[in-house]
Amino acid sequence: MRLRILPKTEIPPMVRALQADYRVMGPKAKGPQFVFAPIDDPAELRLDYNITILPPKVALQPPEERVVTIDLRGEPAVQPVIEAVPTVILGAHTCDLHALRLLDQAFANDYPDAHYLERRKQTLIVSIECLSPCDEHSFCKDMGTLTAESGYDLHLTDIGDAYTVHVGSEAGERLLEKYLNSRAAVDADVRRLNDALSAKWPRFTYRLTFDAAELPTILARAYDHPIWKELGERCLACASCTNVCPTCYCFNMIDSMALTQDQAERIRRWDSCQLDEFARVAGGENFREARAARQRHRFFRKGKWLSERFEGVRGCVGCGRCIRACVAKINIVDTFNAIKTA
Amino acid sequence: MTDTSIYAPAMARLVNVRPLTELEKLFTIELPGGQSLGHDPGQFVMLAIPGVGEAPISITSSPSRSNGTFELCVRRVGDVTQALHRLEAGARVGIRGPFGHGFPLQPMRGKDLLFAPGGLGLAPLRSLINQVLDERSSFGRVIILYGAKRPAELLFRDELDEWAARDDVEFHVTVDRGDESWKGNVGVITTLFPKVTVDPRNTVAVTCGPPIMYRFVLMEMLGKGIPETQIYLSLERRMKCGVGKCGHCQINNLYCCQNGPVFTYAQIKNIPEAL
Repeated sequence: MRLRILPKTEIPPMVRALQADYRVMGPKAKGPQFVFAPIDDPAELRLDYNITILPPKVALQPPEERVVTIDLRGEPAVQPVIEAVPTVILGAHTCDLHALRLLDQAFANDYPDAHYLERRKQTLIVSIECLSPCDEHSFCKDMGTLTAESGYDLHLTDIGDAYTVHVGSEAGERLLEKYLNSRAAVDADVRRLNDALSAKWPRFTYRLTFDAAELPTILARAYDHPIWKELGERCLACASCTNVCPTCYCFNMIDSMALTQDQAERIRRWDSCQLDEFARVAGGENFREARAARQRHRFFRKGKWLSERFEGVRGCVGCGRCIRACVAKINIVDTFNAIKTA
Repeated sequence: MTDTSIYAPAMARLVNVRPLTELEKLFTIELPGGQSLGHDPGQFVMLAIPGVGEAPISITSSPSRSNGTFELCVRRVGDVTQALHRLEAGARVGIRGPFGHGFPLQPMRGKDLLFAPGGLGLAPLRSLINQVLDERSSFGRVIILYGAKRPAELLFRDELDEWAARDDVEFHVTVDRGDESWKGNVGVITTLFPKVTVDPRNTVAVTCGPPIMYRFVLMEMLGKGIPETQIYLSLERRMKCGVGKCGHCQINNLYCCQNGPVFTYAQIKNIPEAL
């Protein structure tokens, strides 16, 4: 594999060059935290961020998007709305790359979803190697996501005053040629890369008390575990955990009519299995009324059902966002460990 | 760039609207250009009223009686169905589908069939019943046990009379509460089961109804010795996509919209959320 070197001083010129042709999304500060957002000024880009509040899925499955309009003047005319703009996501962590592999399958399988897929097709990903855990809630080492072999177009690793650049696709190769003022790697660069990579592993700790490959089996035995009732009593059903989750993609569809009554539209909006209405049918029956059942549903999706539905991916990538977001301090690591020992 | 969306409905036309009861109407629908829906009995469509919303509705007409149209039997119960009920023939509605796994005819051929619809559960079963009656010689006995709350809530009265009149259909109907004009059975649907004896190994049973009904009807079917793999149910769930993505219809790891809405009892018996 060809290894290139991008001096850190070349990052702002790269961002400016990309801005001419792409919407550039990257981590930037929002108060004391970070978000993936359009980068206007290259100085805003914070490749040294720890973790973003929302994952980069915001660029591919926006919280709200119009998917269909129906013009009702005369014969109703149905118009799909496929809104995609050429985008470069800068600085995605590898846990988020693994999550995108899951979203890619979810939206492509059986009935391809053009809204997501067209956006995905027009999105390039420049990821960055994590050299230390984001914070105490990260458990990417357990989930096998603290590095990635694929899923990126270019992949950066911080080696001090420069980044090494791995090319992951032909589109990445073209990106490298056109927008990055890089140079060939020399032996000293390779040594620095190897040092950085070997130094990173001990900084991450295992936090699950078992191998994550056992999760589906452990969950299968824990369907009636008392912990779901306990979590149900604590959960406020606010849906923060699912909003921030990089592998949550459930959605609602909302139809509405223009005031003029001649144009209808269908909006897709993030939805959450944690909300009371989620499984309620028009007749009033609610198939997951208890918060305990909704909590169990989320943990089973993360630990078992998603990885069984899609190939070679985990339903949870260990980013820890749901732990940080939960006002009731529901902790996915503690939960998985608790059902293991019981 | 692609310009098709799995969420964009075809604008179909209501060609006939017929009230069946106080709450239910039968809508006959024609797709653009008279195109065939091409459904299996037990499948559903996503029906949209532009600007109001979309809801999953089981198809009540039999593929064997399509004539370039299909029928939906819809209870007025939520926003979408209330808006639908206000429409008249000629109005346009959005249709996506057909979706899901319906009733498999193959394992039913040559078998005796026991249908036990409750209330509006007759809507999806009618599609299968009429398909079976149109290929009557391919099946053994046809037994229909139908229960409704009140005589006024019985659906498809004309077809019920036809079924009752046929020599090759064993038809029993009951209502939970009768009225002055009602001369028939009174009692919940399970009171009809003692009226029939079946050869359980050679019988396929099919039921659909309100969630509360399943437990009792299943007990009757299992009590007659019908194998769990030969009992079919059609389940109702909230759906926003119909194609296995939105997550609303999940029954544990099963997607009602894709794996169902028709399941065998064997498939779902160990899933507490299913019934």
